[in-house]
Amino acid sequence: MRDQKLWTWHLAAGVIILFLLGLHMAIMHLDALLGIFNPAGGHPIDWANVVARGQSLAFTTTYILLLGTALFHGLYGLRNILFELDPAPPLKKALSWVLILVGVGLFIFGTWAAWVGYQVASQA
Amino acid sequence: MSNGKVPEQIVFRIRRFAPGRDMEPVWKDYTIAYEAGMTVLDGLWKVKESIDPTLAWRASCRMGVCGSCGMLINGKAGLGCNTQISELATSVVTVAPLSNFPIVRDLVPDLRPLFDAHTALSPYIIRSDSSEQEEPTGEYYQSAEEMESYLQFSYCIKCACCMAACPTCATDPIYSGPVALAQAHRYNTDTRDDGFEARKDVLAGEAGPWRCHFAGECSRVCPKGVDPAKAIQLMKRQLVADALGLRKKRLPAELAKKPDGIERRPDIPEAPAPTV
Amino acid sequence: MEKDRGHPNRLGIWGWIGGGSWGPDRYLYTLHRITGLGLLFYFVVHIFVTSSRAIGQSAWEESMMRVTGPLFVLGEYLVFVAVAFHAINGVRLVFAELGLGIGKPIEPIYPYRTCLDDQRPWAIGALLLIVALVVVGALDFFVWH
Repeated sequence: MRDQKLWTWHLAAGVIILFLLGLHMAIMHLDALLGIFNPAGGHPIDWANVVARGQSLAFTTTYILLLGTALFHGLYGLRNILFELDPAPPLKKALSWVLILVGVGLFIFGTWAAWVGYQVASQA
Repeated sequence: MSNGKVPEQIVFRIRRFAPGRDMEPVWKDYTIAYEAGMTVLDGLWKVKESIDPTLAWRASCRMGVCGSCGMLINGKAGLGCNTQISELATSVVTVAPLSNFPIVRDLVPDLRPLFDAHTALSPYIIRSDSSEQEEPTGEYYQSAEEMESYLQFSYCIKCACCMAACPTCATDPIYSGPVALAQAHRYNTDTRDDGFEARKDVLAGEAGPWRCHFAGECSRVCPKGVDPAKAIQLMKRQLVADALGLRKKRLPAELAKKPDGIERRPDIPEAPAPTV
Repeated sequence: MEKDRGHPNRLGIWGWIGGGSWGPDRYLYTLHRITGLGLLFYFVVHIFVTSSRAIGQSAWEESMMRVTGPLFVLGEYLVFVAVAFHAINGVRLVFAELGLGIGKPIEPIYPYRTCLDDQRPWAIGALLLIVALVVVGALDFFVWH
């Protein structure tokens, strides 16, 4: 895959993250000001709030979407920085594969956690 | 002789390097008398003529046209010939070779990486009707507005100041750099050109504009106002549109139509015959 | 090889931070890079810490207990600041790198005007917005709680 396409997606991912992470940050950190999506009150990370958000399929889906786009955006950015350090071509190839594997691995792990969390919350 | 601000004596602190003699570049100080209107290049001449004849640099036109005397002046890339010592307002003027290029000797950088990147992006009009291009029967049509879309970028004199200031060029030898990319954009936007796809071979990859992160240093140091950062961002826009299949395809300009029904005035002489 | 052509003179990583004309856009670029790296590191840790919710309430509460205390609050605030910077400067960059808000090609007449001059009001606006968010975040993190 060439940089023309990868960078276009990098930009698009950035825009998606802006909205999804914006919402995530507003829920988690501007709770005293906005207090959205914390039905149980108290702190946003209280288990009751986590379960309440986790019961929603829409929330679970956006978590997984945010996970994927943020991993791509971040790891492609890291690859850009590493490649600018001018590693030898075989090392570049190895780095690309390591970053792909790390990205896919974290995506599968995070998706598993979000999905199981959704089922745990649904049963609660 | 000196004006109010500039001291009568100026110290030129010059980064010297001679291959075979020095392992590393070293700073050496030369004190010369300031004269009104003295440029950094004039100062170097004075040092060479009166103190050290072995000092080497590259210069030619001394009027900001040839692009030979790019150097780091007080740490900032610029042309020696159009930098007045009075505008620096320091009594010590440091002069070093352009960074990010190998040093041939003293202030002479090896600009071949720039020219290699420039050549790789085919900085000339590419057409499918090459016979018309080589043996023209007329002029390709271009409106004034179409010319203005690239004219600014065509003022580049390839002095390499931008590449000495570019953060990506500081580590990455594969990145084409502001000179080559601005020139590629200059031809990509020229309505007479049909070489976008050919240049895309290089531009879509690692050498392309993707390693530019808009630090803007190239445009800030450019001694000709070419604004390479603008060209590179406009190029990204074109390439992103192309990646999404949204780029407006256009046919290259056709031959300008000769006006009909107009007689040549008899008092206008014919053009002289070609001499080469 | 470059080395055969003369004494190597690339600035190296130092050139990412300085070594140009020291303009403000250079520091926005540097900060964008540093915040990006910091956020990526936090994000990977965050995935592992929050995935404890898959196991259940006790595991979740245990892992949340492990990341409490004033140091973690300060750390989370720094993450908030990094997100605010990276997001808003990132929006500015998306526009600029797609050729918006940088002006059209012009006739270069001295003193030269560049795209950085066209970009300046947007950069200042972005910085003001970042500062506002950082202040609101500080109130939410340290005062209202």
